Amino acid sequence: MKWWWQFRKRGADVERELQSDLELEEEEQRDHGASPEESRYAALRSFGNPTLISEQTRAVWSWNALENFLRDVRISVRTLFRSPGFSVLAVLVMALCIGAATSLFTVMRSVLLRPLPFRDPDRLVMIYENFRDAESNAQWSDKTPVAPADYLDWRAQTHGFEDMAAWYYFPPNLTGEHEELPEMVQAGGGSWNLFPLLGVNAAIGRTFTESEDRPGENVVLLTWSLFQRRFGGDSSIVNRQIHLNGKPYTVVGVLPKWFVYPDAEVQLWTPYAGIGADVISHHEYHFSRVVARLRPDVSLASALSQVEAVQYQLHMQNLHAPVAADVISTTLIDDLAQDVKKPLIILLCAVGCMLLIGCLNVANLMVARSAARQREIAICSALGAKRITLIRIQLIESLLISMAGGITGVLLSLAATNWLVGIWKDLPTAQNVHPDGVVLAVACALIFGAALLAGLLPAISSTSKSAIAETSSRTPSHTAAGGQVRTALRKTLLTVEIATTVVLLIAAGLLLKSFWRLRTTDVGCATDNVLTMRYSLPGKKYDSPTKVNAFNETLLERVRALPGVRAAALGSTVPGAGYGTDDLFTIPEHPAVAAGAMLPEALYRTADPGYFSALQIPLLSGRFFTDSDRTSADRNGRPKTVIISDQLMRQYFPGENPLGLHIHSMRGNADYEIVGVVGDTRYQVGQSDKVTTYFSLLSGDNSTGLTLVVRTSSDPLRISIPVQKVIAELDAQLPVSHVLTMEQIIEQSLGNASLSASLVLGFAVMSLILASVGLYGVLSYLTIQRTGEIGVRMALGAQRGEVVRLMLGDGLRPAFYGLVLGLAASVGAVRLIQSMLYGTSPLDPAVFASVAATLLAVAALACLVPAWRASRIDPMQALRTE
Amino acid sequence: MSKSKTQERAALLQGTLDMLILRTLLYGPAHGHQIGKHVQRTTNDFLQMQHGSLYPALHRLEQKDWIVSKWEVAPDRNREFKYYRLTAQGKKQLVLEQSKWKRMVEAVARVLSTAAEES
Repeated sequence: MKWWWQFRKRGADVERELQSDLELEEEEQRDHGASPEESRYAALRSFGNPTLISEQTRAVWSWNALENFLRDVRISVRTLFRSPGFSVLAVLVMALCIGAATSLFTVMRSVLLRPLPFRDPDRLVMIYENFRDAESNAQWSDKTPVAPADYLDWRAQTHGFEDMAAWYYFPPNLTGEHEELPEMVQAGGGSWNLFPLLGVNAAIGRTFTESEDRPGENVVLLTWSLFQRRFGGDSSIVNRQIHLNGKPYTVVGVLPKWFVYPDAEVQLWTPYAGIGADVISHHEYHFSRVVARLRPDVSLASALSQVEAVQYQLHMQNLHAPVAADVISTTLIDDLAQDVKKPLIILLCAVGCMLLIGCLNVANLMVARSAARQREIAICSALGAKRITLIRIQLIESLLISMAGGITGVLLSLAATNWLVGIWKDLPTAQNVHPDGVVLAVACALIFGAALLAGLLPAISSTSKSAIAETSSRTPSHTAAGGQVRTALRKTLLTVEIATTVVLLIAAGLLLKSFWRLRTTDVGCATDNVLTMRYSLPGKKYDSPTKVNAFNETLLERVRALPGVRAAALGSTVPGAGYGTDDLFTIPEHPAVAAGAMLPEALYRTADPGYFSALQIPLLSGRFFTDSDRTSADRNGRPKTVIISDQLMRQYFPGENPLGLHIHSMRGNADYEIVGVVGDTRYQVGQSDKVTTYFSLLSGDNSTGLTLVVRTSSDPLRISIPVQKVIAELDAQLPVSHVLTMEQIIEQSLGNASLSASLVLGFAVMSLILASVGLYGVLSYLTIQRTGEIGVRMALGAQRGEVVRLMLGDGLRPAFYGLVLGLAASVGAVRLIQSMLYGTSPLDPAVFASVAATLLAVAALACLVPAWRASRIDPMQALRTE
Repeated sequence: MSKSKTQERAALLQGTLDMLILRTLLYGPAHGHQIGKHVQRTTNDFLQMQHGSLYPALHRLEQKDWIVSKWEVAPDRNREFKYYRLTAQGKKQLVLEQSKWKRMVEAVARVLSTAAEES
């Protein structure tokens, strides 16, 4: 405020100086003998206009520009208050558009643009294996997790990276020091160098040492959130023990609060090698994520080419196994945001379109208003206002509108961002989503950009010489010609608006249709009234297959006895719940696979005898598992029988009856007799079918955890507590997890398809409303302008119907041009969303047609009212006002 | 067109005016009225000092730090006036402007005399 005080002081100083000098002049005149009055006039005469002088003097201090600006702001505020309806509408439009844009940008900035909180985050990359054929890549797009032996070879044999670390997810059963309070948690198995590589030190204690990253070393690191939540932030937990899957682990440290990687679900970390020496030696178990830090003096390409060479060698050495021939890398920040990057960019584009439409609409409103103010502008211009001043005043008006809208919008966006982050799944959490300086700067830029876009065009057109000349020289009834410039401008603006709306509507339509397709996919099993929950029997307590079987069978027996339960069964997983595990197999009865070709791959599932009937997966031929299967057993004690999916039969036994033939499973390393063929199921919504093998669960196998499936006669969620009570009766320390209905599982795998689709739809509907308001405005304005002409037409015998047709045609023409333009632009724009579509062609004719129909209908509706009003014009009245 | 012409003329006068003010202040501090009167008197009323240019010029010079101002009581009037005083920087500027002016006058004179010979 100092400058304001100085400004006031300077002004007063100038006044005082002039006053004192003027008085002196006056005194001198009096000294020469003039009368007081005469001397005053003489002084003024010789002095000139004191007000003008003071203004000119003050201009020296360049406060003048500010004063002018303040005056213009005053005028603009007054003008805006004179038409509150217009102002409120324009501010609201701007607030919505700028608010939505700011919210999305806040998310984008936090997720994609702000550097990760790690040491030198720019040099961190993720490396994945990359299969060269599309089919093998389908499951992971093109980034397949790395097999542990591959990672170890990369690390040992390449030199382009400072270091490479690896980690994997695993879900242990966490119990306390005395095995109390069981809880299924998500955990990370990270190599000892992961934390130094990321530049993370333990907040309490230490991270892993190299010697701890060996099988059998039971140490654990807690994340800050688990430390606070479960251990009350008591640092004496360090060096004490907790239990994971019944085994004691020593807590060596607690990770800092800011460390949330890879996501907030991971609660604790154990050393990478803890998964077991036999697993680590494998080249085909794809479960690790590899983080690498590039050496500063090496380019990514050359560092990667070394890894590629090593990987190709491994591929050539393991031709029968799924060992990728290639590698692919991505930056760490993109890797964290990979699931949200595309939708985010699409949403930003959508909100950008909406902002453009909002600006055009305000521009349109201002053009309409400038028509009403043409007289005022002509008078100002005649009184000597420069064109630049007139433009400036109008620009200040649009600036005020967009500033009021922008500030409201930014406030709105604070709330909207929280809401968005709350409902947006898969949003990376390594960064807090919150607005920062850059976001505010961008919001300001948006405000000024919007003001310029909305204000400049109408300002320039309304102050052009021809526009002013027309108003000042012609009588009101002949302004049609003058209005034509403006009308043409408004129609152009409208065409752009409508074209943009069409693009948005088509994008929304495609996303919605694709979402609907996803939602209604048949995963191949019952989805109504099915409850699932997972548990994992701790190996220490259930150390023999007999104990496992006993628990499972008692559980099923008791659950089946619960009222409202139609069927209950156990399996490794259910359809729709994800890829799970897979297995390589050969068919002993068939000729051996050619050397160099990969062995056939199938999803690997375990199921108990009741699994298929409980999930209503149809039996196509043969039989389900039965207790009599127990007579034959492989090395794990598993019955040597297998059930295959329909697709496996079609693909590998074409024209053959597979029943009685065998599958040699690499996992079981034995031949299994095919006893049945069941219908296909999808492992995930949106993925294509994959061949599946089912092995009998009767072995007491407990390696991967189990999913309990309960089909009920009514709301499945109501049966969850009774089932959990049954489990607690059997083993009070056994936690259950993932208590979900089949419907919820499918909903989860839809991810953000519904969110993106509904947000884009929201933006599109907003745009449609804005465009139709614009259309309505233009036509109403046109009607008023052409009142005289229409009066003449009607006086000469034009029918009301013809007038309606005339006016409708006038309004629908820009709508039609916009539609054609928009449809053409959409053909290009849909490429952007092509990869997000499922079962929907980007040029889906139904979507295109319905968008065109909707738009034309809305446009016709918006034009109908003004057209009808035009046809009601009383010719006498119209002619008299001439 | 007409706008740019007036601007040129004003600029020329402005430069001269600045020099005249600085020169006047070389004799000692003075307020606006005195400066105007002094210029008028020394040129025998040939140069009419416009107040509309004088005060903006004074403030411009002050802004450039060539002169400083202070409210002081005039010895004869018993009232405060805003007195302007030349700064060291202003003195340097005056020397500069004077030599520039001299060169200008010489140059113009030379042009005028050759023109006279030719015609």
